[in-house]
Amino acid sequence: MTTMNEIQQAKKSAERSQRIRTVITYTLLVLWGLIVLFPFYWMILTSLKSYSAYNSEYIPKLYTTAPTFQNYADAFTAVPLARYFGNTIIFTLITTILMLVVTILAAFAFSRLEFKGKNLVFTMFLALMMIPNELVIITNFVTITNAGLRNTFAGLILPSVASIFYIYLLKENFEQIPEELYKAAKVDGTSDLKYLLKVMIPICQPTIVTITILKVIECWNSYVWPRLITDDAMYFLVSNGIQEIRENGFGRENIPAMMAAVVVISVPLIILFLIFHKKIMAGVSRGGTKGA
Amino acid sequence: MYKNSAKAWLYLLPALIFLSVFMIYPLFDVMIYSVEEGYNSASQTYFGVGAYNYRYVLRDPYFLQAVKNTFILVIITVPVSTGVALLISLGLNSIQKLRDLFQTIFFLPYVTNTLAVGLVFMILFKKTPYSDGFINLIINAFGGNTIDFIEGPYWAKMFVMCFYTIWVVMPFKILILTSALASVDKDLYKAAKVDGATSFRIFRKITLPMISPMIFYLIITGFIGAFKAYSDEVAIFGTNLNAAGMNTIVGYVYDMLYGDSGGYPSYASAAALILFAIVLTITCINLLASRKTTVS
Repeated sequence: MTTMNEIQQAKKSAERSQRIRTVITYTLLVLWGLIVLFPFYWMILTSLKSYSAYNSEYIPKLYTTAPTFQNYADAFTAVPLARYFGNTIIFTLITTILMLVVTILAAFAFSRLEFKGKNLVFTMFLALMMIPNELVIITNFVTITNAGLRNTFAGLILPSVASIFYIYLLKENFEQIPEELYKAAKVDGTSDLKYLLKVMIPICQPTIVTITILKVIECWNSYVWPRLITDDAMYFLVSNGIQEIRENGFGRENIPAMMAAVVVISVPLIILFLIFHKKIMAGVSRGGTKGA
Repeated sequence: MYKNSAKAWLYLLPALIFLSVFMIYPLFDVMIYSVEEGYNSASQTYFGVGAYNYRYVLRDPYFLQAVKNTFILVIITVPVSTGVALLISLGLNSIQKLRDLFQTIFFLPYVTNTLAVGLVFMILFKKTPYSDGFINLIINAFGGNTIDFIEGPYWAKMFVMCFYTIWVVMPFKILILTSALASVDKDLYKAAKVDGATSFRIFRKITLPMISPMIFYLIITGFIGAFKAYSDEVAIFGTNLNAAGMNTIVGYVYDMLYGDSGGYPSYASAAALILFAIVLTITCINLLASRKTTVS
């Protein structure tokens, strides 16, 4: 009888400690979730408050009773937010497309073609992967300036087209396609380019989607290079735009309007993320280095 | 044998052109810049070759401040973010309900523009004549005094900087650690449970050794990333980081290159090479440490 009781008691206490652990776990997760989400909540909330309402709140309120979209109108009229936005879209599209072309061609050469010096060139590529951007940006700044490409899209785009890491990632994937397929295609008289377009790219589509998404995120958020290479607001990207808005945007401290601009800038990537979150997370865990 | 040779080089050509112009040439050029004393005219290339630029940079109080800030940032954010990410990942791994939801939410900072969200952090922490800001509201609620985090004392600014950096780097770490934890063989846990091992013991003897390569990977990339901190600081303190006393080494490089204090590519190059040397040294130490731990 006593042993039965003891067993039951032990079971009970085990259950209780399990329950306590679950509560602690969820508390921790919810807490971090709040820390992550709160800035987003705050920017949306503030963007919906009117200028006078915001400035009269000495103790900021966690809600608003009179939401207004005036700040969004201001964000598009008082500062050239639409232009920053358009610039960023053009920059992101062209950079990503050029990057894809360069990457796919190079990865194909490394994975399927045989040529003299292949290993040497590939080793050199890998060695270059260790070179931080900060080291080469100084000369690139001088090169682009001397070429008269400051405040142009060419100047913005060209230095960020080639990415060794993506070439490496795609090359690894290309190599997993069985050699026999290539030989069969050769026997059928398929050209290399056609084989690349019709067979390799479709098979490796997931990797290509991954590097596309990573590049789009990188482009949308890039700040340092655009800041160096543009001082004409006509060519600002969103990151530089938001910095410009902050420093001399809406006159004195119009924080609700600033927050409206921040929301507008953040929304595209967040939508992209909500649609593709599985793909993006899988892609980043394979090839992401931000936070790195 | 190599009948494809010409064609292969053709395929490689675009990549090679871009890399030569924007990576290989600059790599040598930056070293040349860093030893050229006085950059503006060509004749000075011969005239003043030496270590003056390095000496200048190493004596510049702004550079020393930047080095100090960067080191503090690295020493605080890398262990804290990795540790917290590990806790959160363990939590995520132990639950079934809402796991996908939490994972998606936790990843959100990765896809946001750090400049834009930095502005939100600035506003949350900032004390203005109109308002003490939201964070001070919380501090006051717990009986603390109002602190100006953005233009106030050094440690307060450093706290915001570290906090924001951690917020930004967490998604990547959580993602990597959750997938590492998920890939640990479940049979090992079952066997340990049968043997009656406590959960702390299971964690120390099974989980930790199994995911230690990933932890080291995160520590190494974390060090490299934190040493290159720059845009997060701009997001919070504005472009004039020297005035805020919050500059970083990378910030110093860019300030030397461009902007109000710019026009000195030689100093910028010297500073960039010093940064590279620091990062390389730390990475080597990390690699050695990780090898030792994994072997023993």
